[in-house]
Amino acid sequence: MNMMRVKEIETLPRAGLEAIQLQRLQSLVHRVYKTVAPYREKMDAAGVKPEDIQSLADLKKLPFTTKDDLRDNYPFGLFTVPMDDVVRVHASSGTTGKPTVVGYTRGDIEMWASVMARALSMAGVTKGDMIHNAYGYGLFTGGLGAHYGAEYLGATVIPVSGGNTKRQITIMRDFGSTVLLATPSYALNLADAMIDAGVDPEDLKLRVGIHGAEPWSENMREEVERKLGIRAVDIYGLSEVIGPGVAMECLETDRGMHILEDHFLPEIVDPDTFEPLPYGEPGELVFTTLTKEAFPIIRYRTKDLSRLIAEPCRCGRTLVRMEKVTGRTDDMLIIRGVNVFPSQVEHVLMGVEGVEPHYQIEVNREGNLDTMDVLVEVSEQVFSDEIKVLENLTRKIQVEIKDLLGVTARVKLVEPRTIKRSEGKAQRVIDNRKL
Amino acid sequence: MRVEQIAVFLENKSGRLAEITEILAENGINIRALSVADTADFGILRLIVNKVDLAQKVLKENGFTVGKTTVIAVEVPDQAGGLAGVLKTVEAEGLNVEYMYAFVNKSGEKAVLIFRFDDMDKAIQLLQKAGLTLLSGEQVCSL
Repeated sequence: MNMMRVKEIETLPRAGLEAIQLQRLQSLVHRVYKTVAPYREKMDAAGVKPEDIQSLADLKKLPFTTKDDLRDNYPFGLFTVPMDDVVRVHASSGTTGKPTVVGYTRGDIEMWASVMARALSMAGVTKGDMIHNAYGYGLFTGGLGAHYGAEYLGATVIPVSGGNTKRQITIMRDFGSTVLLATPSYALNLADAMIDAGVDPEDLKLRVGIHGAEPWSENMREEVERKLGIRAVDIYGLSEVIGPGVAMECLETDRGMHILEDHFLPEIVDPDTFEPLPYGEPGELVFTTLTKEAFPIIRYRTKDLSRLIAEPCRCGRTLVRMEKVTGRTDDMLIIRGVNVFPSQVEHVLMGVEGVEPHYQIEVNREGNLDTMDVLVEVSEQVFSDEIKVLENLTRKIQVEIKDLLGVTARVKLVEPRTIKRSEGKAQRVIDNRKL
Repeated sequence: MRVEQIAVFLENKSGRLAEITEILAENGINIRALSVADTADFGILRLIVNKVDLAQKVLKENGFTVGKTTVIAVEVPDQAGGLAGVLKTVEAEGLNVEYMYAFVNKSGEKAVLIFRFDDMDKAIQLLQKAGLTLLSGEQVCSL
């Protein structure tokens, strides 16, 4: 990676950066209007033409894109290139049975690797590092996204993925891992497992941890730093935008992650009126991708709550920062790094004959790991006087939840009407995690 | 010759069993036999009562999940080998016991075995052929 070039881009005066953003935005809007019918229809309905985008302020004329749009055009309907040009797809949780699918051209993979590499270097990672990548490899963007970034940077990457904690510790010690990429809860889990295994984290070469894909607090950061003896920094990304590498904390900042604004254009909007808000105001984070080919996205409502920080950073980068995500505007849960919507659980229950969708999700953090209990009210249709019938039922629900959501849940049968209904509407989620 | 049985879903939390027995008592329902099957997370209470439909109704009204099934009641002399004789009869034919429980009648001479088999019709046939005494619901309740 050409570090001189990176530095130049990341420290551009705002006017210079905005000129690049505008030019890229205009070209994007022309392209999607021409090639993607759903975008064209929405723009026509809103009475906006590509030519109407004359400044970055005109961005607000464009319609938003939401997860519903992705679902309505499942799986590939919002791709702008023929499938021949798509070299990879990833998927994340949709709000019901269907996942949200995203695609990448060869150019997209290269761009993604470059932004991820830049994110890594914001945390002081160089080609001399040994990167222990414990993000899951697969449909989830975390593992492969971080992997390509690490290679792009020229570092050595260990594609260890998630799980098998004991082996991870052996590898970390024997290979001399210097950088840990993992969800914050898994990082804590590793730290505790090291203590159990009699491995002193001080004897490892670990220097920095890059943690994201789930919400974590400053307290958790201090715990990770103390237990592993490292600097722990925050990374942000989402598959609808690209995956990891959308924003990254530098080592100098006192708060917030730098958004890689030459590729991802951020906005904060009022969660109720959807009107754009000025820098510093809290609201819903919205992203427009500026350079993606296969699956660009315009004004994607992330439903993440944050705020943008315009003040210059001590590191010298002029890229705007986003504050750590403080919550969601919807009911999405993040369980062990996996996005879970209560509606998905409902979808599974509706598919099991006789089960009524009276359920409640209880989330707890036991030790460092999130657990999810699904309480299901026993209806007369599924009730049996035989234990094995009811046990088969809980097992079936558990398997289907695991299949659809990728998360293991404990299914508990409860008596009818035990799930509290407030004002006639059941409270679906009880999140007991203290973040 | 089947006997109606009520089954009630029980969450493992204290006081539920007492609540059920109170509801039944208030409605003048007499429990003739019962068993509780439990797992780590839940239990199933099985009851044979003198007023089956009323019991089902009042428990439902009180928010319980109630099911009605049929079981077989076999009367055997209350002496060693009573149960063994019955099981031998049905198992030789490959029938499985889903569950069973037992009680001794008031005089203490006879024991009543309550069975749920995987194939109820065949079980009744076999037991009757073997000359065993099957009781009706009324007979069970009047013991």
